[in-house]
Amino acid sequence: MTTGALPILEIRGLRKRFHDVEVLRGIDLVVLPQQLVFVIGPSGSGKSTLLRCCNRLEEPSAGSIRVAGVDVMARSTDINAMRRQIGMVFQSFNLYPHMTALRNVTLALAKVLGKPRAEAERIGMAALDRVGLADKARSYPGELSGGQQQRVAIARALALEPKVMLFDEPTSALDPELVGSVLNVMRELKRGGMTMLVVSHEMRFARDAADRVIFMDHGVIVEEGPPQQMFSAPSEARTRAFIAELAR
Amino acid sequence: MESWSRFLDTFFNWEVIERYFPAIMKGVVVTIEIAAAVVVTGTLLGLALAIMRTFRLLAVNALIVVFVDIFRALPPLVLVLLVYFGLPNIGINLPSFAVLWLVLALVLAAFAEEIFWAGILSIPKGQWEAARCTGLGFLGTLTYVVLPQAIRLTVPPLTNRTIAITKNTALGTVIGVGEILNQATTAQSFSGNATPLMMGAIAYVILFIPVVVLGRFLETRFTWRRV
Repeated sequence: MTTGALPILEIRGLRKRFHDVEVLRGIDLVVLPQQLVFVIGPSGSGKSTLLRCCNRLEEPSAGSIRVAGVDVMARSTDINAMRRQIGMVFQSFNLYPHMTALRNVTLALAKVLGKPRAEAERIGMAALDRVGLADKARSYPGELSGGQQQRVAIARALALEPKVMLFDEPTSALDPELVGSVLNVMRELKRGGMTMLVVSHEMRFARDAADRVIFMDHGVIVEEGPPQQMFSAPSEARTRAFIAELAR
Repeated sequence: MESWSRFLDTFFNWEVIERYFPAIMKGVVVTIEIAAAVVVTGTLLGLALAIMRTFRLLAVNALIVVFVDIFRALPPLVLVLLVYFGLPNIGINLPSFAVLWLVLALVLAAFAEEIFWAGILSIPKGQWEAARCTGLGFLGTLTYVVLPQAIRLTVPPLTNRTIAITKNTALGTVIGVGEILNQATTAQSFSGNATPLMMGAIAYVILFIPVVVLGRFLETRFTWRRV
């Protein structure tokens, strides 16, 4: 690993409260360049909220978040410019149903970055090609399988050349036979040096692709370590119980 | 046989048809003019109000809701009479054409606002989030992602409402706007024969059937393959 490199994502003392429920209770997390950090934990443990705080889809209640050294929370920070550098992939894909796959990918290139149409389409086609869907550029989301839709969603984030990509349970809404195609794309991104923070329960994928696994419960990081150790010999009882449940 | 010829003489009197055909046609033109003006201004104003509402400014939204509720609650005829006979008392004299246009446009705007707003609300939160995550701002997301989807959803209810409200152009007859019904009732009283009213009815059917058919076409055209 590129030890000594500046972190891409640096979270300090992150807290998030919804009314009287504290969902995140002091999270410290550092993701170095090209690392894939995997977040597991029971539902309601705050995994998704942690991800959504990183680009301020949820407004943190306390703490600091830096992306490539820039304070995401600072008032001087242009949040729209910031979000462009933080790719996000959702469980439910959230493709724009009224646009073709290519338009889904090029919309932000054209309307945010102001790229001329030809250039936006060139970048968009390259991104679709990377997820293996160049031949579906003219298809609408409704004509694609779930796996294909998720790959288009990955291409949409990828086209903006983000510094880090957040994956919020990217395969949870997919039929089992479609999961592999999405995970393969994520493996390819990892090989290409993308920094990734992934909330998922795909243990096999975590074993061979993750640099670090984080186990969260009740809004705190209970334990973290390399996947081998986390899955084979976790030190905390709560982690052991959860891993046993996952492996069932 | 005698009653049949009396029926024809009452409703399809050829002499009367010939005499009043130009007047009814003039009415058709006026009706089309008002209907077009009402549809364009009413839907655009409704859309503008629905967009304003997305900014979620408490005071503005309260005003919009009050406006919408009042104009949806009042019968358009009451509004037409109130504006036409009321405003001159405070020194505002609007021509009857303008009164009819203004009232119907505001009524349509009130209904259209609710329809557009419901359409905007029905777009899943994930669409907003996905767009915002690519760096699109609030307005960009609204313009390119949310409104195009919302407007498609609103086409069927909006078409129905628009037809219902443009038919209210007939209310112009009570304040002397020379639209179809006004021409027809005038002709009926001069001729002492119901044929002009039948001509007016036929004119409405010829005018609105294509709109109804267009509405049905748009309904199918504007649904797209759902995810």
